[in-house]
Amino acid sequence: MSLSVRVIPCLDVANGRVVKGVNFQNLRDAGDPVELARRYYEQGADELTFLDVTATVDNRSTTYDVVRATAEQVFIPLTVGGGIRSVEDVSRLQASGADKVSVNSAAIARPALIAEIADRFGAQVLVLSLDVKRSERAESGFIVTTHGGRTETDLDAVGWARQAIELGVGELLVNSIDADGTKAGFDIALIALMRANSRVPVIASGGAGNVSDFPPAIRAGADAVLAASVFHNAELTVGDVKRELTDAGLQVR
Amino acid sequence: MTQVVVFDYGTGNVHSAVKALELAGADVTLTSDRKTALEADGLVVPGVGAFSAVMAAFTAVRGDDIVDRRLAGGRPVLGICVGMQVMFEHGVERGVDTPGLGEWPGTVTELPAAILPHMGWNTVRSAPNSELFRGIEEERFYFVHSYAAQSWTLEVMPPFPEPRLTWAEHGAPFLAAIENGPLSATQFHPEKSGAAGIRLLKNWIGTLNR
Repeated sequence: MSLSVRVIPCLDVANGRVVKGVNFQNLRDAGDPVELARRYYEQGADELTFLDVTATVDNRSTTYDVVRATAEQVFIPLTVGGGIRSVEDVSRLQASGADKVSVNSAAIARPALIAEIADRFGAQVLVLSLDVKRSERAESGFIVTTHGGRTETDLDAVGWARQAIELGVGELLVNSIDADGTKAGFDIALIALMRANSRVPVIASGGAGNVSDFPPAIRAGADAVLAASVFHNAELTVGDVKRELTDAGLQVR
Repeated sequence: MTQVVVFDYGTGNVHSAVKALELAGADVTLTSDRKTALEADGLVVPGVGAFSAVMAAFTAVRGDDIVDRRLAGGRPVLGICVGMQVMFEHGVERGVDTPGLGEWPGTVTELPAAILPHMGWNTVRSAPNSELFRGIEEERFYFVHSYAAQSWTLEVMPPFPEPRLTWAEHGAPFLAAIENGPLSATQFHPEKSGAAGIRLLKNWIGTLNR
């Protein structure tokens, strides 16, 4: 026996509500985050991720409230991402009941943020979230983007992941902008590439539309799979995904 | 009601530990107050982050002395994650050797695994006659760590009971839980291990006040 595959529902939260859009655009309401978190916990979710997509800094406090209320009823790890720019932000989120935080654009703007958080709290609290797009500009074929994929950086996805691991991230959340919202399956080549180039756990994200999409992501090397809309729209339950993984000969909780 | 103190010294997410222990049936106080921590039926020592940082923060509020005194009086203590690791003599992280509380002999070292941290839900080989794992022997628990105690060298002579050792594996076998008289510990996070974790905490609370 060994570690089981983790199935992680992701809740994009804005102003205290769960929202969902294709490629992070045209966001629409998808429910109450605490209620959804509770439902996923009961379905057997192995972890939950909250991504704060609130446009303004003013409304971030609602996310702390969501995390706190969730942590009182849901006894699995909670990761929170979105708008984390300092050690103090991490402190405040931990005090609210978060176990891990994910950093994205703030770490691109200032990579030292990674070392600051890891030195204080340990690598195991820190997830590097990468929004990745296929691009001929990148040596690996994949480039890091910001602003929900609308802006390309000059960072090669593989190089940035390596640098971030060196600085202290303990996990990679690899989100394919090309696949996100399409429900056409995970970007298998991207997952395999990131697995081959990192020694920390890799979470595959973006593109899940059907139960059959999940086993290939794990076979490509992902340690965990993350999805949002298929769970919010009740197209699939966490249990459906786990049954499919089990049938494929993979270990689940 | 059974009184449990979660020792508050500025480490990680203690909010979940408090809520999980409450759900498991304890009356929980989050504090570093010496008198309250000494008098409680059970003391939980959480711990997240670097071994050296945890030891520094823990000893700064005299947590070392509180644990010593409780154990000398046979009063139960439960260490969780790095709160388990610091019960050993030493922790070596990135080449830095930090003295621990030394309640158990041995050194906490990096797991020889291809992927670290060891993050996720893993099985355990629970100790025969374990009280902590009663009814949940086949469950998975949530681990997140890169370092662990990978050997056990403490020899116990009668009349003291043999320590109950629960092992797990990631790259190599390591101690997932220890039940040694009043001192128990888990490398995984029971407060993050769903219903199985709540049950484990309930089992521990049930051993208090005996």
